[in-house]
Amino acid sequence: MTDFDADRAWRLHPQVAVRPEPFGALLYHFGTRKLSFLKDRTLLDVVRSLGEHSSARAAIAAAGIPAASAEPYVGAVRTLAASHMIVERDA
Amino acid sequence: MTLIDAPAPTAFVPPQPKRLVDHFELGLDAPICLTWELTYACNLSCVHCLSSSGRRDPRELTTEECKAIIDELERMQVFYVNIGGGEPTVRGDFWELVDYATAHHVGVKFSTNGVKITPEVAARLAANDYVDVQISLDGATAEVNDWIRGPRSYEMALQAMANLQAAGMKNFKLSVVCTRQNIPQLDEFKRIADQYGAQLRLTRLRPSGRAVDVWDELHPLPEQQRELYDWLVAHDGEVLTGDSFFHLSAFGQQLEGLNLCGAGRVVCLIDPVGDVYACPFAIHDEFLAGNVRAPGGFQAVWRTSELFQRLRAPQSGGACSSCQFFDTCKGGCMAAKFFTGLPLDGPDPECVQGYGAAALEERKGDKPKPSGDHSHRTAPPSLGGAPSGMGPVRVTLSRRREDVAAPPVSACNESPIAGFAPARLSGRVPRGAAEPDAGDRS
Repeated sequence: MTDFDADRAWRLHPQVAVRPEPFGALLYHFGTRKLSFLKDRTLLDVVRSLGEHSSARAAIAAAGIPAASAEPYVGAVRTLAASHMIVERDA
Repeated sequence: MTLIDAPAPTAFVPPQPKRLVDHFELGLDAPICLTWELTYACNLSCVHCLSSSGRRDPRELTTEECKAIIDELERMQVFYVNIGGGEPTVRGDFWELVDYATAHHVGVKFSTNGVKITPEVAARLAANDYVDVQISLDGATAEVNDWIRGPRSYEMALQAMANLQAAGMKNFKLSVVCTRQNIPQLDEFKRIADQYGAQLRLTRLRPSGRAVDVWDELHPLPEQQRELYDWLVAHDGEVLTGDSFFHLSAFGQQLEGLNLCGAGRVVCLIDPVGDVYACPFAIHDEFLAGNVRAPGGFQAVWRTSELFQRLRAPQSGGACSSCQFFDTCKGGCMAAKFFTGLPLDGPDPECVQGYGAAALEERKGDKPKPSGDHSHRTAPPSLGGAPSGMGPVRVTLSRRREDVAAPPVSACNESPIAGFAPARLSGRVPRGAAEPDAGDRS
């Protein structure tokens, strides 16, 4: 939880499966065997595109979220990092 | 919503009109996970077996049919299956099916009494990240465990755990069904789990399968419910519960987990002959949604069965809806109510507010009987003088359902088309049809 940096590059953990749902998505980590939930589809777009952007913040912006509204999404991505659903990568 | 006062359209704020649990109550297009009992054959005869296992059903799904189900689960993105039985590892194709599932992105967690967990098997399991193992143990001492699970089952489970640990398998599960006899041993279970590098999993005893006959003697006493609840709260985050104790939340604090009856909404059961039930604890015609051998396979059952549609519709809390704890307890467990003869819209028989005990007093009529009995016809020999888990088992002959696609076959009347399923599944003759009852081998 301490070393999440939204200005760095992230990607889904290779052992995580994503299943879109009407309310967002279900995430399952085959390594930790933990289930997580994404509570809306925009967040799903963010998470799916993390690997294509130079930072988490850039992925959030690319999903059409203005910087002023980004904080809830940054928080959600931070939570996913804490549970190892996403991992840092080289930008 | 006042946290953000920038002039941004509110649509950008993650909307949270419903809690996840509300979505789940309405059901998902595919289960999150499901229980799959691969066989009714078992080397043990635990008195509380939820599926009344013992003898193999000759109509068991074939290897090819199982693989077709796995393909379907992969398409539906079911993350993992909880494989049980019976003792699933006695199926000759068990390891083949585990490998097939994990190669097709369907994770496997299987429950076993440990009978086949040799050092070689343990090494193989430790090498596969997509497999998790759950060793069943219902007493922290041989005395308590073997009384329920049968002679030498304690020794067998601990040997399996030792083999898993020696192979480097981390964080496998030690799975305990909480009973009147073992609730005083919770700390000891934790110590055993820690000793073997396992994670403790505690679940609730339901009056399902053979447990229907012993529930009165085995289910925790009211003061033990409190002891269990306090223990769970004190060990929050350290133990798994399979979300099975949400009825205890009426003591005050909500326990970790979804606290939701997932039957037919986010979970279900596929039994050894392909019957799909709402929940592994509800093997009764009343909760039978369909069969995977019918046209449309599992997906059609999951998405269109009349029973599952009904379970996903808003439920009436009945007598419970005026209780202040209804929002977290939800009236408890459907299977527990059903098999104790209580109405489904009333209190759980173990309602910690005492309404269940009162309802049991007023109960009218007989308790329903589970639909299938696969118990061994004769109990295995018990150790001289040692406590035996076989005593309370009431043995009756199996009742066969006539409406499943594959008719019962035996070695003497097997025809080349016996077991032929005209659906999308393979039409091969079930390989195992002429095999002896696997449960009789051990």
